[in-house]
Amino acid sequence: MASTRLHFDVVVIGGGPAGIAAAVTASKSGATVALVDDNPGVGGQIWRGEAQTASTPDAADWFFRLRHSPVQVIAGARVFHLESGKLAAESDRGVLDVSYRDLILATGARELFLPFPGWTLPNVFGAGGLQALMKTGLPVRGKRIVIAGTGPLLFAVASYARKQGAKVLAVCEQTSFQKMARFATATARTAEKMKDALRFAWELRGIPHWTNCWPVAAIGRDDLERVRLSHNGRIRELECDYLACGFHLIPNLELPKYAGCAIANGFVQVDDFQRTSLPHIYCAGEPTSIGGLEMALVEGQIAGHAATRNENAARRLFAERAACARFAAALRSAFEFRPELKFLADPDTFICRCEDVGFERVRQYGSWREAKLHTRCGMGPCQGRVCGSAAEFLFGWHIDSVRPPVFAVQCASLAMVSAASNLNGPKLNGGPQ
Amino acid sequence: MPETITVRVNGATVEVPAGATAAVAVVMARAKSRVSVAGQPRMPFCGMGTCFECRCEINGETQKRGCQVLCQRDMEIRSNG
Repeated sequence: MASTRLHFDVVVIGGGPAGIAAAVTASKSGATVALVDDNPGVGGQIWRGEAQTASTPDAADWFFRLRHSPVQVIAGARVFHLESGKLAAESDRGVLDVSYRDLILATGARELFLPFPGWTLPNVFGAGGLQALMKTGLPVRGKRIVIAGTGPLLFAVASYARKQGAKVLAVCEQTSFQKMARFATATARTAEKMKDALRFAWELRGIPHWTNCWPVAAIGRDDLERVRLSHNGRIRELECDYLACGFHLIPNLELPKYAGCAIANGFVQVDDFQRTSLPHIYCAGEPTSIGGLEMALVEGQIAGHAATRNENAARRLFAERAACARFAAALRSAFEFRPELKFLADPDTFICRCEDVGFERVRQYGSWREAKLHTRCGMGPCQGRVCGSAAEFLFGWHIDSVRPPVFAVQCASLAMVSAASNLNGPKLNGGPQ
Repeated sequence: MPETITVRVNGATVEVPAGATAAVAVVMARAKSRVSVAGQPRMPFCGMGTCFECRCEINGETQKRGCQVLCQRDMEIRSNG
């Protein structure tokens, strides 16, 4: 396996809207910039596969700016190690050994999945999961699909699935009608969000939208056959081909935590200039708060300016960011989880899909660490990205440690890096190992 | 008609749309991506490289996340399921 050495003034990790905005903005100052992403192309989750055919003017505009910037896009590269001024990433071309002056973490968010009986059955997907598969070619024409969970993403998935010819049977939202209504009123204050809402209302006409509704079981012998839902206190069942279920978003904190950035209330702590607690490390987008697309774009631009010492340009965007923060607050209160979601799993429902560890086995321990040590929960290849996040909600546990390598990689890649670096842990804060 | 690519999943030929990932090819082939520790068949789940349910062997390389790999002509995908 080959190793390639590269140097940039600014490296941005994460090629979603925040990362694209950060990279493009930083490059305007004349700095050399790289945009590194794990996926085969940039766009993140929301703009997946849109580099050629953008779905909105905003997306088209940012992809255009990226194409016409000197930013070096490094896609298909998994960052698995960080240390002061350096990172290591594994790609099909070998290990990339990248040094930088400033680092912008734009690692985005992922869906939260909560376990319920049958959630491991084939044809049960994440909501964004099905969206991603459809966007990367999965045909759904004629498929009967139930979309469930919580958050505005459910509308986007329903709308996309319908456009691809699927028969969307229902959108099931766990929050109450009252909270949804308040959210609609709050978002109607910005023209951008109002446009989204009206578009979805039109695109989803005729599809039942049930509030106070959540999945209690996915049922089927070999594959999914039907889904059992709790709806306004009653149980109802729908026969379907696919269930797409996700419980809103959680920030991808593995890299910021690994670097040693201070975390507060589940998010990366940043100042007005998107600076983390560590020198030369910035953070933008969902890892600082689940705030949606506009927030990610403005934070990315602020980080890009700040990382290239254009504080005044950054300051001019503060008001826009403050406006976006109001939407983030509305999101938080609208899609708060109901307590019933903690009790969906049966004793033998797997919490950990990698190691097949059941709910009852995990629940008897007092902490995430203890549960890991005794049950292997969270010790599979996803490194607890699915079950650890669920356990935080289900049991109120705190997921403290992120260990190297931060991503499962080949031994050869590790050997490459450990020859030159200390792989025992991050060294960015200079603290004790 | 959109352009298609031919790949093989566990020996069977599958036509996928250009731009499809290996995970999509596995679903389209009606295969399962893997068998879990307890013997359950599994399919791609998160679609974004997080859950590792779609890991399979691609052109002889094991443990690849199918959702992060674009299909290429004559790609050889082997899933456990």
